[in-house]
Amino acid sequence: MIAGSNLEKIVNSGNFVVTGELGPPKSSDITQLKHHAEEMKDHVDAYNITDNQTAIVRTSSIACGSTLVQMGLEPIIQITVRDRNRICIQADVLGAHALGIKNILCLSGDHQSFGNEPGSKGVYDIDSMQLLKGLQEMRDENRFMGGDEVEAPISYYLGAVSNPFADPFEYRVDRLEKKINAGASFIQTQCIFDLDRFEKWMELVRERGLHKKAAIMGGVTPIKSLGAARYMKNNVSGITIPDALIDRLKGAEKKKEEGLKICIETIKRLQEIEGVAGVHIMAIAWEEIVPEIVERSGLYPRPQV
Amino acid sequence: MIIAERKPLEEIAAMAAPYKKICVLGCNTCVGVCMAGGEKEAAETASLLRIHRNKENQEGEVDVFSLERQCEFEFIDEVLERLKSYDLIISLACGVGVQTMVEHVPSLRVVPGLNTTSMGYPTEQGVWSERCLGCGDCVLHLTMGVCPITRCAKTLLNGPCGGSAEGLCEVGEDIPCAWQLIHDRLSSFSRLNDLNEIQPPKDWSTSHHGGPRTTVREDVRIDRGE
Repeated sequence: MIAGSNLEKIVNSGNFVVTGELGPPKSSDITQLKHHAEEMKDHVDAYNITDNQTAIVRTSSIACGSTLVQMGLEPIIQITVRDRNRICIQADVLGAHALGIKNILCLSGDHQSFGNEPGSKGVYDIDSMQLLKGLQEMRDENRFMGGDEVEAPISYYLGAVSNPFADPFEYRVDRLEKKINAGASFIQTQCIFDLDRFEKWMELVRERGLHKKAAIMGGVTPIKSLGAARYMKNNVSGITIPDALIDRLKGAEKKKEEGLKICIETIKRLQEIEGVAGVHIMAIAWEEIVPEIVERSGLYPRPQV
Repeated sequence: MIIAERKPLEEIAAMAAPYKKICVLGCNTCVGVCMAGGEKEAAETASLLRIHRNKENQEGEVDVFSLERQCEFEFIDEVLERLKSYDLIISLACGVGVQTMVEHVPSLRVVPGLNTTSMGYPTEQGVWSERCLGCGDCVLHLTMGVCPITRCAKTLLNGPCGGSAEGLCEVGEDIPCAWQLIHDRLSSFSRLNDLNEIQPPKDWSTSHHGGPRTTVREDVRIDRGE
């Protein structure tokens, strides 16, 4: 056991893990976020709290994570390298630990040109690989990135993201391995709509035994409408949606139910794929549907460990 | 070379508006080659400015000529008296040229007529692409001659992010993904394993983040006063 988080315990127990995602608001009123957290608390093992997702200014992930801790729930705070240099990131990680946050997900972050401050200076002092390695060394070797000693032990469960749908495809598994070597204990993937490509990627993951070195969690997103699918296909960085899926939605009478069905089918298939340790449900702007997805996917009740 | 492009005429005209004896001063080296601030562009800019000022009923005159390089004292010194005769010099040099002029001749009022954009080269006629940020610690030997500091929008050092799609960067459809290029070159030299090594955080103190940089070469300095 590294940090003793609920997420880590469930991963270690061998149960299929379920995580949800909460996006902080563009205000400091986090009532809605707390409401969604309550709503799915019996259905997810931990919650990702995004870090200024799509480069839009929002309440900080650590502030929301701390609120969840106070509610007795378990956050996975996301940290991107876009907005903070190594001084600030390490300071925030110390602060997050002091506030009882036990899971950290390391990412590059969407480029600032996508967000509501497109003229801002991107930091990118370090990259996501160096972030993982740096935080691993802070934890395991009591050493800051600059070499100074961390004066009291710190622990957290470290994760990273992987996008099997980005290019170059053949490099994606190399990159996953590199992230695991840099310190990632769990991996959440980009939203899976192209299951064939995901399975091909998982085959390569298994060939190298990477599924035994880190918990690989497949990312899913329920699609609410045809417009949402088209928007994601054309505008969201790193997401691919096959035309067949768009056609299936187009042909369906009840788009919302069809989107839900696609999501549930995906989760069921993920449970069948050797080496997939769990699912990460990103029901963006449709958080209230998470309990139904989890139940219909046969993943309820959640294990108590 | 240093790449630049001319500021919009309205902006130049606004800077010039309060002045009467104006000179548009071209620079014939880098910005001459990239067709932003050489002799021809200086003449064009002066003509446009004259037309604009006539229309606005602004008095005065707009002269024009060029230096070989505005970033070296010897070229400035050759025309020093002439430069001092103007109320305002609109420099069509890069930002270095503007600053060399004001540091060398503090009495001059010099404003920039160009926006200096980058260090790069013409990838095709009329297209100049950035290739170097001058970070002070070259990594091109690690990346098969493709600079991730300059060409990756996130200055990543450990491979492509999740936004790389079909060879392109997530930031723009006309931007090749630097790490796709590096990957392809490593692959063609059968050196993909190089990517598995975790590159440590970069020491940015050699770049602008360490403050303005001065390069000193003791071996070529001229001893003074001994």
